[in-house]
Amino acid sequence: MIEEFHFHSSSEEHTIKLGELLGKLINPGTIIALKGDLGAGKTVFVKGIAKGLNVEEEPNSPTFVIMNAYEGRLPLYHFDLYRISGANELEGIGYEDCFYGKGVSVVEWADRAEEIFPESSLTVEISIPKEGENNPDKLRKLKFRGKKQWLSSFKNSVEQASLA
Amino acid sequence: MISLVLGVETSCDETAAAIIKEGKHVLSNIVASQIDLHKEYGGVVPELASRNHIEKIIPVIDEALNTANVELSDVEGIAVTNGPGLIGSLLVGLSTAKAISFGLGIPFIGVDHLEAHISAVHLERDVSFPFLGLIVSGGHTSLYLVNGYTDFKLLGRTRDDAAGEAFDKAAKLLGLSYPGGVEIDRVAKKGNRQSIKFPRPFKSPQSFDFSFSGIKTSLVYYLRKYPNPQADQIADICASYQEAIVETLVDKSLNAAKLNNLKTTVISGGVACNSRLRELATEKFNQEGISLYIPSLEYCTDNAAMIGALGYFKLKRDEKSELNLNPYSTTRPRYIRGKGLVLENKPV
Repeated sequence: MIEEFHFHSSSEEHTIKLGELLGKLINPGTIIALKGDLGAGKTVFVKGIAKGLNVEEEPNSPTFVIMNAYEGRLPLYHFDLYRISGANELEGIGYEDCFYGKGVSVVEWADRAEEIFPESSLTVEISIPKEGENNPDKLRKLKFRGKKQWLSSFKNSVEQASLA
Repeated sequence: MISLVLGVETSCDETAAAIIKEGKHVLSNIVASQIDLHKEYGGVVPELASRNHIEKIIPVIDEALNTANVELSDVEGIAVTNGPGLIGSLLVGLSTAKAISFGLGIPFIGVDHLEAHISAVHLERDVSFPFLGLIVSGGHTSLYLVNGYTDFKLLGRTRDDAAGEAFDKAAKLLGLSYPGGVEIDRVAKKGNRQSIKFPRPFKSPQSFDFSFSGIKTSLVYYLRKYPNPQADQIADICASYQEAIVETLVDKSLNAAKLNNLKTTVISGGVACNSRLRELATEKFNQEGISLYIPSLEYCTDNAAMIGALGYFKLKRDEKSELNLNPYSTTRPRYIRGKGLVLENKPV
């Protein structure tokens, strides 16, 4: 069954907390397609996921190097396809080893190569909504869509932590 | 004693080779830029980059030997970038260096691209240690305390985007062409630096880390509020945006130099070509009585002469790499949450 829901974020810290809760529940082999315009806060969200995975290091933008790997509860592969214009350019990067291994792959600018994502991927779309201009509680909108069983626990834990 | 070193660099856009004598004298410095190739894509395409490095690496090394008027058999050591950068691209230079080293029976050494950017200063002048090194490029923004030719201590780095990345992404938002930083510098000359107030992310004076994603986000907000700017407005945006980044770089470095009681600073890397950075840094460091050295443009951008320079000083200390040396993608040492910088050098 496909789960689809969204939350609003009021700050960078809030976005990090949402990522952290997701990172705590995530299981091996999870692929997250991360979408959103420049400045939406994709890397910020990944900082949260890393925290939830007990990665000690704080990720920064992988735009230049395309992929960074971190060690945590599970390995975290942080991709950024900003400089890529199609899946064919990903040959030789070795993304398949990461996607189908035991770690977690989080891919910024996932829309640059939609075809590489299997159906089981979780999609997170971060946007800067119009309503945020007058409502500081709605500075960012994070939309989650996927089939993962733990997504409903994630939704519950966000609501319980009063982060919704 | 080693004298002639072949430097090899393939970490990103440039396929480069150089012959360096005694770490300071450039006998040749050849760079085959891939910039034309990348222009239509608005950035570096990794697969294209590594394929082109393969095609160019041997002709570029041949050219470096010819220009220097030396034979390959005259070369006594090889220095090669093994990180940080695109893994596929790094592998081309690294494998070539290993093959030549093995074939000729001479030592090779893997060097860090960022530390080498600092070593570029030795190609043009004598600098006394210790000094502060600021590296600013498309992929990096890092501050180093430099205690000797091979002694670098990372003081801070960017927590999110590199300064050059902030320039490139802004250029894309404004519809300017690649390379974005160069375009913004050009367009900014016609604009008013004070027209828009972009944030100066300084954090605490004790922290030597940078953050540029906030400036980028504020530009996103600005363009949502005032969409489709005209040419004169774009000039003002570029000038103001550039000023925010440049001022942050200069003020942070100046503060780091003062807190570490350093009388000399070196700024290098591709973004060190930015005319406003050169101007403002010269002005502010002069005021504080700190000597500022910025290498010539050809040694600021990616080149192999700087690799040969750092490699020479390492080989001279009898540092050598083994044939199983791996490339690495991210800055080492790494920044660990709650612990700060952790020294380690394990391959990804």
